[in-house]
Amino acid sequence: MTAWLVAIIKTGIMVLCAPLLAGWVKWLKCRLQNRQGPPPWQPYRDLLKLFRKDIVVAETASPIFRMAPYIVFSATTLAGSVVPLLMVNLPTSAIADVIVLVGFFALARFFLALAGMDVGTAFGGMGSSREVTVSSLAEPAMLLAVFTLAMTVGSTNLATVITRLAAAPFQLYPSFIFSAMAMLLVALAETGRIPVDNPATHLELTMIHEAMILEYSGRHLALMEWAAMIKLMVYGVLLVNLFLPWGVALSSTPSAIATAIAAATGKLLGLGLVLAAAETGLAKMRLFRVPQFLGLAFILSLIGMLSHVILEVR
Amino acid sequence: MPLSIAQLAVLFALASALAPLPFFRSNRLLKAMAFVLLGFSGLAALIAGGLALFADAPSDLILPIGLPWLHCHLHTDPLAGFFLVIIGLITTVAAVYGSAYVREYENGPQPLAVLTIFTGLFVAGMYLLVLTADAFSFMMAWEVMSVSSYFLVAFQHQQAANRRAAFLYLLMAQVSGLCILLAFGVLAGFGDGFSFQAMAAAPLGSGWATIAFTLAFIGFGIKAGVVPLHVWLPQAHPVAPSHISALMSGVMLKVAIYGFIRFTYGLLGDIHWQWGVPTLIIGSASAILGVLYALMQHDLKRLLAYHSVENIGIIYMGLGLSMLFAGHGLPGLAALGLIAALYHCLNHAIFKSLLFFGAGAILQKSHEHDLERMGGLLRRMPVTAVCFLVGCISISALPPFNGFVSEWLTFQAALQAPALGNGVLDSLIPMAAAVLALTGALAAACFVKVFGVAFLGQPRTRHARKARLAQPRMMFGQGVLAVLCLVLGVLPTWTVSVLDRITRQLLGRGLPEATAHGWLWLTPVATHNASYGAPLVLLGIALAWMLSYLFLHPRRGPRSVRVGPAWDCGFGGLTPRMQYTSTAFTMPIRRIFRPVWPIEEGLEETSAGRRYHLKVGDWAWQTVYQPMGRMLLAAARRVTIIQGGNIRVYLAYSFFTILIMLWWIV
Repeated sequence: MTAWLVAIIKTGIMVLCAPLLAGWVKWLKCRLQNRQGPPPWQPYRDLLKLFRKDIVVAETASPIFRMAPYIVFSATTLAGSVVPLLMVNLPTSAIADVIVLVGFFALARFFLALAGMDVGTAFGGMGSSREVTVSSLAEPAMLLAVFTLAMTVGSTNLATVITRLAAAPFQLYPSFIFSAMAMLLVALAETGRIPVDNPATHLELTMIHEAMILEYSGRHLALMEWAAMIKLMVYGVLLVNLFLPWGVALSSTPSAIATAIAAATGKLLGLGLVLAAAETGLAKMRLFRVPQFLGLAFILSLIGMLSHVILEVR
Repeated sequence: MPLSIAQLAVLFALASALAPLPFFRSNRLLKAMAFVLLGFSGLAALIAGGLALFADAPSDLILPIGLPWLHCHLHTDPLAGFFLVIIGLITTVAAVYGSAYVREYENGPQPLAVLTIFTGLFVAGMYLLVLTADAFSFMMAWEVMSVSSYFLVAFQHQQAANRRAAFLYLLMAQVSGLCILLAFGVLAGFGDGFSFQAMAAAPLGSGWATIAFTLAFIGFGIKAGVVPLHVWLPQAHPVAPSHISALMSGVMLKVAIYGFIRFTYGLLGDIHWQWGVPTLIIGSASAILGVLYALMQHDLKRLLAYHSVENIGIIYMGLGLSMLFAGHGLPGLAALGLIAALYHCLNHAIFKSLLFFGAGAILQKSHEHDLERMGGLLRRMPVTAVCFLVGCISISALPPFNGFVSEWLTFQAALQAPALGNGVLDSLIPMAAAVLALTGALAAACFVKVFGVAFLGQPRTRHARKARLAQPRMMFGQGVLAVLCLVLGVLPTWTVSVLDRITRQLLGRGLPEATAHGWLWLTPVATHNASYGAPLVLLGIALAWMLSYLFLHPRRGPRSVRVGPAWDCGFGGLTPRMQYTSTAFTMPIRRIFRPVWPIEEGLEETSAGRRYHLKVGDWAWQTVYQPMGRMLLAAARRVTIIQGGNIRVYLAYSFFTILIMLWWIV
């Protein structure tokens, strides 16, 4: 029972810290571009503001439109509960392995895209169409990258993967490097960052995520935005804990947990720095260049898989 | 016991075909008798299948009908029972749904009796096919099923396109029947007799076994609709009445899978791992091409038919993996692949029938079958819409519904590839898994399109605006299947433990690991390996929903939801025509996977302005079907040389024929 309680607390940390990560990336990005920038805790203020606001719903909207924010938020939160953040021996990580995790994101995306189609304006449809296109290319690349890891340690369960990798003596697998690069590209595409999508734009020619949630306001919008931040957090944790598993608490002693907290914070802040630097250095891509970008991700994960099969299987 | 109930099911189905005939003048009486009897036959089959699935020993019976030296052998075992459950379940629901749906045809040009006769025969043929245990009765049942469904496809024969589709269907059904006949011939040549028992005992060299497998693979593959032989399927299935489309796509394709499993696992027995490779490759190709072709369709029923090609591909992937493992002497993993395939058979039967029922309800209430002319149906037919949404989520393989479980099991089977210890297979199988991931994501994209364009937004035509709630019996049929989608998704351990009985029968080993940790956890290989707690997923989503509603819903202050016009960029005048259409929605995907389709598109200058036209064809039609047709015609032309038109030549032919036959006999 305590374990379940700890798991729920961990999910809470995941959900509550997500805006901080998003704010941190934004602040760093502004700094790198010689701008003042809002403080890292600005997303909390934005969410609070949105929760206090009234809601305007379009006349043509159906109940799907009002249900979607809750489903998207719930599915993303559930995804957050599955990914090991500080400890590995939590019961929630047995509910779902990495394939189910991808399924949670797919469920959230399904309803997000339906909500975009619901009002019946061109913007929503445009966003939904682009979102499902991008994600259908990203999903196989992501799964192939994860399969390489899964075949190395013989498990798709995230906690098991991390335990076995962290416990094993350090070894540089070539397949991991390719898989990590592929995962990074997929994470950029899936969380709607530059160069695939720009979270800061509202220009109809370029936007994907923003186009789908254009009709939302008030707490519905807040839930959607928050879900997007949790998604960024989950992908970030997945990247750092799968490919740099050191520091994750393998036992539940206080010192191990303290190390885990420090390590997770450090790794995520570092990832934020990488993200901000990439977003400052890169330009947004034309939509029809995105398939090439994701094709690269797929090729990288394929090379990872092949180098695993050829070089590492004894 | 199960066999006598199964015979009762066959008799009920035949009665539903023949008994109402004296009343053909009264549509009401005809309908009532035919559909009630059909429903009873479905229930009987469901019960018989359930009993056979749980029976400890298979039961056999030899009926004194058939050929003088070969009586009709009937047999039930867990495999037959499982498929009998699928047929019975969908038949029962289709009978309830169909009784309301056929109102459409009551005043049509063709008598309703034609529909009820051939429906009864079709269903009876499917029951018999699963029950028979000798090649002769099997082929008879196969032909009854194929030919009676031909008449159902050709039911609305006033349209030339339907006649063409029906002809193509009959042609391909005959080719497939011929291949299966030859496959049985190989087995019968080595064994003594045509009963399955004798065939299974036939001493077969690995060369002949491979030839028999190839013939069966092609024969059952044509009927199941695998790429590149699938072209008849999306033409024939959509033109039948919708409850028949559901039976054809949901059930008849599964019967072909049954034949394939029975032939490979039951009759050939000793499985070579090399057979798994083409099965896996053809399965992957069917899955990905099926979904890509489906994406480009905007006729709802045809789109669903293409999705059948995709799902049959996923089933074949499971079977291919199972054969690879079985051939390498890994029965436990072979059981995992087989369970994934069988689970997907059941799931596909349920959600595909559910979706066809939805398409039928739309067709009946708005007379539209083109997605581009629908829209806003959620407000007009809410029950149909909710059930259809459940079907969409299930077929898109999203947790916690049933489609996800079987695809997850297929992924888990694929990830056990290193156990084979073969470098080429080690890299081929994860590629197949990546194809499966792409297929799942594209299927989700396709059903966002379907649901978004048909049910959300605003109605695009007057017909769609006037759509009304479907009849209660139609909604009931859909509702039952929607509930089953959720139940099978949330309680996978129970289903797997039932399917276990089939793998124990076919492979001699079940999958006890999968359900070893209670009903909450599905653990196909071992706990630390992978686990899925489906009930907990449902609980988790519900909990998160509740918590976010409780904490984030404002208690104080303004809590009003204002309703206003949609954002129109300040220009005003949004019309339903400005919504994204089905063609527009899939444009990015069309552009990315461009070489997959033969596409004709262009702008036409007409007096009324410019018109954009787009025609997406089927690659298999141009590269497989048309060349084969041309070759056949050319061969036929060659043969016409002997047809001189001179009576003396013909008499000479007869004379020499008689001479040769006499020589043969003497």
